[in-house]
Amino acid sequence: MADVMRPEKLDMSNDTSSLGSPELLHVLAVDDSIVDRKFIERLLRVSSCKVTVVDSATRALQYLGLDGNHSSVGFEDLKINLIMTDYSMPGMTGYELMKKIKESSAFREIPVVIMSSENILPRIDRCLEEGAEDFLLKPVKLADVKRLRDSLLKADEMAFKNIMHKRELQANDIYSQLKRAKI
Amino acid sequence: MELVQMQKSLQDYTKSLFLDGVLDSQFLQLQQLQDESNPDFVSQVVTLFFQDSDRILNDLSLSLDQQVVDFKKVDPHVHQLKGSSSSIGAQRVKNACVVFRSFCEQQNVEGCHRCLQQVKQEYYLVKNRLETLFKLEQQIVASGGMIPAMELGF
Repeated sequence: MADVMRPEKLDMSNDTSSLGSPELLHVLAVDDSIVDRKFIERLLRVSSCKVTVVDSATRALQYLGLDGNHSSVGFEDLKINLIMTDYSMPGMTGYELMKKIKESSAFREIPVVIMSSENILPRIDRCLEEGAEDFLLKPVKLADVKRLRDSLLKADEMAFKNIMHKRELQANDIYSQLKRAKI
Repeated sequence: MELVQMQKSLQDYTKSLFLDGVLDSQFLQLQQLQDESNPDFVSQVVTLFFQDSDRILNDLSLSLDQQVVDFKKVDPHVHQLKGSSSSIGAQRVKNACVVFRSFCEQQNVEGCHRCLQQVKQEYYLVKNRLETLFKLEQQIVASGGMIPAMELGF
C-alpha cells in the first residue's frame, strides 16, 4: 500500500500575508520634527499606505518591542512593510535605529529608508553599507514615496512568483513520487 | 468683489510669492496633498510650522543672549528650523538658516546675532504672506467658490 503524502508534510503554507490585498503597505515613520511628521504621514496616506508615526528612535524601538522591556510575545503579528526614519534626531539617530533593527531577527528583513536634509556623501554611503534600502533627501516628495512603494511592491511580486514557482516544483516532485509508487 | 476676481487675485498673489522667492516648489507639493478629504491640510501644516518656529526662535534668542554662547545648543535649533522651513517651501527662511549655520560653525557670536535677525525678518515675512493667502482662500470658500489649482507655467 502506497504511503499517502499527507498535506502537513508538504509545507504548502498559505502565508502570503506580506502581500495582503489590496496592497496596503504598513509604514512606520520616525521623525523628531512635528512639521515633517505631519507631512510624511499625509504623503504616505495619499500613497495608500497605512501609517504609524513616532517622534523618536526610542519610541520606534518601543513600538517594535525591541527596547528590551518586552519578550517577543505579541510582536510577531506586527506587520510592518517599511520603516522610514529621519537621520538627525536627538538621542538616537536614524542610523543607530537602523542598526538595532538590522540586529533583530524579527525585523531585519524590513526595508529601512533613511531621510536627511543634508546631502553628505560619506553619510549616505555609510547608511547604504549598513543595509538601508534607500536614502532620501529632504524635503521628501510624492514622487519619492511612489518610487519606493513601486519598488517594494515589485520586490513582493518577485517573492510571490518565487513562492508559486517553488510550489509548482514541489507539486511536480510529489506527482513524480506518486507515479513511481504506481498509485 | 466678484468670485472670479477673488480667484484671480489669489492666483496672482500666490504667483508673486513664488516669483519673489518667498515660497518654492515644495509649497506646491503641500498643495498637491490637499483634497476634498483633507481640505485644510496646507493650513494645518503651516500652522504647525508657525507654532514650531515661534518656539525655536524664542529658544535661539535665549541661547544667543547667554554670557557664553553654547553653539552646541544653537546649531541644532537652526538645523530644525532649516528643516521645517524647507519642508513647507519657505525658501528665504531656509536660506537664511543655511547662512546662520555657517556662522555657528565659525562660532561667530556677532554673525549669529545678525543671522537671527535676518531669519526672524524672513520668517515674519512668510508668516504674513501665508496668513494673507489663507484669508484670500477663506473669502473665496465663504463665497461658495473653489480654490483654483495653481498653474505651473511661470
